[in-house]
Amino acid sequence: MELATNQRTNDVVVEALGLTKRFGGFVAIDAVDFEVRRGEVLGVLGPNGAGKSTTMRMIYQVTPPTAGTLRIFGLDTGRDARRIKAKLGVVPQIDNLDEDLSVRDNLRIQGRYHGLPPRLARERADELLAFADLQDKAKAEVRALSGGMKRRLTLARGLMADPELVILDEPTTGLDPQVRLALWDKMDELGKRGATLLMSTHYMDEAERLCDRLLIMDRGRIVASGTPRGLIRGALAPFVVEARLVAGDDRPFRRLAERAGAELVRAGERVSLFVDDGRAALTQLLDDGVDPERTFVRPSNLEDLFLRLTGRGLSEGPSGPVRGG
Amino acid sequence: MHAPSIGAIVLRNLWVYRDRWYYGLLPNFFEPVFYLLGMGVGLGFYVSSGGAFGGDYLAFISPGLVAAAAMNGASFETTYNVFVKLHFGKIYDATIATPVGIEDVTIGEAAWAVIRAVIYGGIFLLVTLMFGTEASWRLVPAVAAIALVGYAFAALGLAFTSVVPTIDLFSYYFTLFLTPSFLFSDIFFPVAERFPPVLVTFAQVTPLYRSVQLVRGVVQGDFATVPVDVAYLVIFGSALLTFAVWRMRARIVR
Repeated sequence: MELATNQRTNDVVVEALGLTKRFGGFVAIDAVDFEVRRGEVLGVLGPNGAGKSTTMRMIYQVTPPTAGTLRIFGLDTGRDARRIKAKLGVVPQIDNLDEDLSVRDNLRIQGRYHGLPPRLARERADELLAFADLQDKAKAEVRALSGGMKRRLTLARGLMADPELVILDEPTTGLDPQVRLALWDKMDELGKRGATLLMSTHYMDEAERLCDRLLIMDRGRIVASGTPRGLIRGALAPFVVEARLVAGDDRPFRRLAERAGAELVRAGERVSLFVDDGRAALTQLLDDGVDPERTFVRPSNLEDLFLRLTGRGLSEGPSGPVRGG
Repeated sequence: MHAPSIGAIVLRNLWVYRDRWYYGLLPNFFEPVFYLLGMGVGLGFYVSSGGAFGGDYLAFISPGLVAAAAMNGASFETTYNVFVKLHFGKIYDATIATPVGIEDVTIGEAAWAVIRAVIYGGIFLLVTLMFGTEASWRLVPAVAAIALVGYAFAALGLAFTSVVPTIDLFSYYFTLFLTPSFLFSDIFFPVAERFPPVLVTFAQVTPLYRSVQLVRGVVQGDFATVPVDVAYLVIFGSALLTFAVWRMRARIVR
């Protein structure tokens, strides 16, 4: 019996049951259950305002839950905050590096915050400067770094304590494409070393590429969970015929959906028709008079899944499309 | 509260200071020189020739100016500097995601401000030696007194910083609180001999007044009010530091 309990504690790094966070009358997290298992890369996918950051802040002990249980490494959130934080590496959404210190000293002081002896902090700082390709910038001021370098330094800082769990809150939001790719490589490297990663993102390509398992969040709730492929296969037909409508006329799509028993999702002027045979569906639609320049076939993906689950796209906010931030 | 974490916060500030201390050194040194020259040697001639202060105005004002220097050192650290770290750099958000707690951050900043107050007030004290303060064993407890003054004003500064919504409001703190404190805390004249009793009572319960009495008492070897002054500054500082920790937590932890 005791063995079974220990086994469970060892395999499950984070366990949330009925986890709830309210800010005044606003329910940010609505009684969610989930777990993070040792060695996995777990992604939390959802649009802005879904509750991803709040969930992560509760795990790294800077936001107290309103209700529910949250156990991390088998320890109680709040009461054991210092012991929990000792084993965590946090990469926040916004770079909050210490601009008064050099690149290397940012890492060294992080080691000291974690109680590492000075020598170990120095050694690990140098290792992580190499990992983040920042050796040449060791003595530079943080201000002088590019956006991508800052992000890599923030990632390196999160690894200073040799954490059992690394939490990355939208690690690549706002980065240039090539900088994102470089960061993905670093995260792949961490995953291959067996680190446990919990990351949030609103990019489905990032989620598909990096994560072993996903939680899909919307308005404070987990609406689906599973492996990226499994989620798509389990809920959607393999292909999507997608079109931008002409003057809102979706009749050809409705007709085909009815005939083939296929699912039709409409979001504004965009329709998606989920089908088993993409080529056949496209042919029938073209025969029915749809505009070939506005219609195409592609494999179904996480974006479709999200759209189907919530009726909105990943880049849209909780109440319709939002611009920016 | 966790001593190694508080130490790490102090260490962080020490590293920043280590790279920049020489910028502050000349102003630190010359500020007391100018004050003692202007107020002590210059103005003091006319004041002293009138017969007050046993003919030595410079000796009267020196300890009070040392206390004020400690006040200023602690105040700048815990107001502008902490506010910038809190709101613009947001570095405490990163710090409290480590085992360091918000109480460690707040107490660590207070501890660092005490060190700054000792550096600032200590340099001032050394300069007064050049102007004729006797070098004696009493300079050792004087440094402890400076640290206590630093503690009280670090706590007060942090308490203010933990509640102000915008950096502009620090001018209220400096101009409407620290400046009158500086002028009416017995540094330049005995308040009790010049002001109506109500104002005197008011002045006597302000932290700088008690600080001036403490440093002057210790430097001049008159320990009559020292127990009261020490008790006042310890209680005042500890109460406000507790308040500051509470408010900082409310600000950062949501």
